[in-house]
Amino acid sequence: MSWTGKLLRVDLSTGSITSEALNMEWADKYLGQRGLASKYLAEEIDPKVDPLSPGNKLIMATGPLTGTCASTGGRYSVITKGPLTGAIACSNSGGYFGAELKFAGWDMIIIEGRSEKPVYLSILDDKAELHDASDLWGKSVWDTDAAIKARHQDPMMRISTIGVAGENGVLYACVINDLHRAAGRSGVGTVMGSKNLKAVAVRGTGGVRVKDPARFMEATAAAKKVLADNAVTGKGLPTYGTQVLMNVINEAGALPTRNARDVQFEGAHDISAEAMAEPRGKDHKPNLIANQACFGCTIACGRISQIDKEHFTVVNKPEYWHASGGLEYEAAWALGAATGVNDLDALTYANFICNEQAIDPISFGATLGAAMELYDQGILDEETTGGLQLTFGSAEALVKAVELVGKAEGFGKELGQGSARLCAKYGKPELSMTVKGQEFPAYDPRGIQGMGLTYATANRGACHLRSYTVASEILGIPEKTDPLSVDGKAALVKAFQDATAAFDSSGLCLFTSFAWTLEDVAPQLDAACEGAWTVDKLLEVGERIWNLERQFNLAAGLTGKDDKLPERLVKEAAKTGPAQGLTAGIDKMLPEYYELRGWTADGVPTNETLSRLAL
Amino acid sequence: MLRALVIDAGKCTGCKQCELACSFENEGLFNVSKSRIRVFDFHQDGRFVPYTCTQCSEAWCQQACPVDAISTDAATGVKQVDEALCVGCKVCTIACPFGTVNYNAATGKVIKCDLCGGDPACAKACPTGAIVYADAEQAGFERMKSWAARTDAGAQASAS
Repeated sequence: MSWTGKLLRVDLSTGSITSEALNMEWADKYLGQRGLASKYLAEEIDPKVDPLSPGNKLIMATGPLTGTCASTGGRYSVITKGPLTGAIACSNSGGYFGAELKFAGWDMIIIEGRSEKPVYLSILDDKAELHDASDLWGKSVWDTDAAIKARHQDPMMRISTIGVAGENGVLYACVINDLHRAAGRSGVGTVMGSKNLKAVAVRGTGGVRVKDPARFMEATAAAKKVLADNAVTGKGLPTYGTQVLMNVINEAGALPTRNARDVQFEGAHDISAEAMAEPRGKDHKPNLIANQACFGCTIACGRISQIDKEHFTVVNKPEYWHASGGLEYEAAWALGAATGVNDLDALTYANFICNEQAIDPISFGATLGAAMELYDQGILDEETTGGLQLTFGSAEALVKAVELVGKAEGFGKELGQGSARLCAKYGKPELSMTVKGQEFPAYDPRGIQGMGLTYATANRGACHLRSYTVASEILGIPEKTDPLSVDGKAALVKAFQDATAAFDSSGLCLFTSFAWTLEDVAPQLDAACEGAWTVDKLLEVGERIWNLERQFNLAAGLTGKDDKLPERLVKEAAKTGPAQGLTAGIDKMLPEYYELRGWTADGVPTNETLSRLAL
Repeated sequence: MLRALVIDAGKCTGCKQCELACSFENEGLFNVSKSRIRVFDFHQDGRFVPYTCTQCSEAWCQQACPVDAISTDAATGVKQVDEALCVGCKVCTIACPFGTVNYNAATGKVIKCDLCGGDPACAKACPTGAIVYADAEQAGFERMKSWAARTDAGAQASAS
């Protein structure tokens, strides 16, 4: 408790499915989910393996609080070696799938090898089977979900699946569960597709037990109250969703616009949370129709949106007239600001397609932004794009591109390789807004300096979810720091990285950390799980996980030289806003960060650090 | 005063804290598949609807039960299943027009909402107020009030 103590191992090459006891010694050192699965991955695969070869493994892992009544306790992660980056990949998702897997009696699924033909895995409690998926191959996420439920006559199954993007080798394909919740980044869906595994369908009836039920109910109730009383988790996120950030970040001069040429977007309001709630032009209805919680979540930041039936994107396409997962901030930024498009319903349509075909909208939008800049410079033209007019700000271009990318048709095939490969191919690697090959998300490090170090050092490539210093630098959580200064940011980034690794390994959503610290998490874990779980122990576990991931990447062939921001951010100053005249001050922060981490000047953990962390 | 679960689906976010609380109260662990209350996700409409037994005054389940295992609690109005008497014939699951009494294969008996003996865990767990435990005779109060406000607003608009 509150691990099930079992993992399911599925070898797709041989079709063998076995149950194994969870390594509880590792669980005590790595907690669960991100940390524990990373340990299994690091132990079981050669870090130099080709990510899309049968030698790579893909792990779906829950945390100890997944499936409990702890607020947001429904998370699971997909861990593998990522094809976009060549680094360790770990993508976290909500929805209901993670809890269902736990109810079925499994802490994680380790998937290895490669099936000869398309298959899907069904799990009904302790009965797991592989089934032919030839008829599902080529189907969308939405159709696959419906088809599997119909086949098993079980509408209560929870399904994680790839879309056509993962089948067609798009390097930033995701795994989508519950129709629109994504293990979104780094191409974890591409790995799943390379294994010919279309989906995992789970139904669990066994439930989850905790160590000390009375104390657990008290601890979770107290923690829920903290979320309800907090302005961000109690009000901002339920009302506006993550999109509450669009106008805030734009005003801070940190909204990367048109491939980060600019740091402010004149169309930001048009694609913001406020705009989603306003009645729109034609049908006088708002884009946003409801907010949705993931399993066990008392915040409920998810957006459910509907496109105007007369909008050009869906005219004569009734299959897109219904409501579905709407724009989150990162997607709205990537599909909108990064491309200069301010048409809210066009962005929502592109987001629907990303969900339906299981495409990471961050990497897609950022890659399209880079392509638009290449087009703007005349390096790409209508001949090379197959007739696409990739003009900044063109909603038509966005829509055509998103329809092509998952299918890997025409120029969509090149877009599907990500911006680093695209820009390198056309001789302009400096135009790729990536770190370690992964597109950075919706915060410009020139206006939020801590995010520069966050992107440069994130173990899965550029990412906001490894140390979200925006919380401190913009929102003042847990305390306000100056977004334009690099002072103290190395320590801030390290502290956030370690704490985040603990959150990500617990089964909880990182968004709780707007209100919770590890002081709120530790009592919940301690009441639920075997062992003694204190704040100090969680920080140590977090730091251990961070260093384990780093070691994996170094063994995979990455070096400190890869902790590098795109040239534009360090050479071209912000043109407007509070950060006007500033570039990203990574050079000052990085050496300080290495030292704080106990790493050499080349970014390698010292023996002393490794032994301190029992690595 | 007889109280009932008053459900305002418009406030539901689909978080399933009610199902978690119900299963914990009744089964001692977190297991939504054994919850007596269920949240339905009408995804294409963006609606979430919690649904459970409304404790009918003249209950189909009670009348159908061949072994009189379902009785009425005088204080709460709850139709409760006596597990010692229930033979698991499932006739009540056929009789109930609402589907809110269900068979539990693990015990061979049927399970249904019993309002937790008068202190329903689902209502306490609901973070948005979509489920409250209130005077059964005033279950429509808030809904009437909202329509009253609209009615009067209309009257004022036409008068002006």
